[in-house]
Amino acid sequence: MIHEWLLDGSLALLILTLAVAVLYVRSLYASIVLFIAFGLLLALIWARLGAPDLALAEAAIGAGLTGTLLLAALGRTPVSQRAEPAFSGARQYVRSGPAVVLSLLIFWILLQAVLPLPEQSSAVVRAAEQHLDAAGVAHPVTAVLLNFRAWDTLLELLVLLLAFMAVRQLLPSLPRAPEAWPLLLGWSCLLAPLIILIGGYLLWRGSSDPGGAFQAGALLAAGAILLRLTDLLPAMGWHHAWVRLLVLGGCAFFLLVGLFTHWLGAGFLAYPEGWAGPLIILIEVAATLSIAITLTLLVIGETREVRG
Amino acid sequence: MTQVLFYLILGVALWVLGLHGLIRLHQPIRRIISVNIMGSGVFMVMVALARRSEDPDPVMHALVVTGLVVAISATAFALRLAVTGQRSEEDRE
Repeated sequence: MIHEWLLDGSLALLILTLAVAVLYVRSLYASIVLFIAFGLLLALIWARLGAPDLALAEAAIGAGLTGTLLLAALGRTPVSQRAEPAFSGARQYVRSGPAVVLSLLIFWILLQAVLPLPEQSSAVVRAAEQHLDAAGVAHPVTAVLLNFRAWDTLLELLVLLLAFMAVRQLLPSLPRAPEAWPLLLGWSCLLAPLIILIGGYLLWRGSSDPGGAFQAGALLAAGAILLRLTDLLPAMGWHHAWVRLLVLGGCAFFLLVGLFTHWLGAGFLAYPEGWAGPLIILIEVAATLSIAITLTLLVIGETREVRG
Repeated sequence: MTQVLFYLILGVALWVLGLHGLIRLHQPIRRIISVNIMGSGVFMVMVALARRSEDPDPVMHALVVTGLVVAISATAFALRLAVTGQRSEEDRE
């Protein structure tokens, strides 16, 4: 018992310290590196709380890809604008008074809202368990994502697509990445096939164990970004027909399945009996590729961008 | 105190820390990081709530996986906006 609390306590202490350090460390670069560490620690906490799916997703998306995005943004920020104005001047601590009081007040209010929650139990757990046999996949999280609440997942793919479209409209032009050093090149050649292998494995295992389209997609995106940064992969962009096909393919296939099931009379995205398993696998494959390419393009941008 | 309650409070604490950062900090990238920390606090509350029953609640987990992808989409867009804003500010000077 005491050992468990020791573990929980140190995790909590570490995550709070890291959060404070991320926010208030003086150098922006240090802040971003600490944020990546924060994401990895958060992945540990998800694993501790019995959520291995989330641990995988957090490590790949929350820590890895977000960290890369932040570093890329830092690289494009002029040095004069990296400083934090609130850190200059001796009166900063006096001036932070009202913000601290406000935060403590909100903390107290939120605690009142959150504290009674553990007493109430949710009915959806039992509902999900009861219908798991008919879901077509054995892993409950995948069943929820692609069968019971497939609408959420479809809309989420649309959000990803929307973000990608919006990012494309804004100032493109990447500064040329510096020449990759030999060790990085060697490692990338070694890592790339492994990443593809593990990505495929995660996707396949997702139907019975933790894993699935999002984790696999994020992992593949990480591999593609690594190869792109070392210049081992040729430039890709919206002007390539295959990129468009793959990016739109996830949403399009999902929508087509929805319309097809509707036409069959089962209702939008309500799979007919016996079809759920194969349909879910097909949707997951399309979604994985779509997520992988979209995330890659979101992070590294396009080299030949929209001009005019 | 149970484990669920412990992580619930920790999640709320993270959210409030992020909020404090959002109020206090002005550098756009730092503000985006603050919002991400607030998001992590919300996820922690949800994952802790998923632990209430013997088997973890798959619906909460699925929602958080969805949330993670939405969070990175929003972060990518916000960062691009921030960088674009800085560029145009520099042009004006």
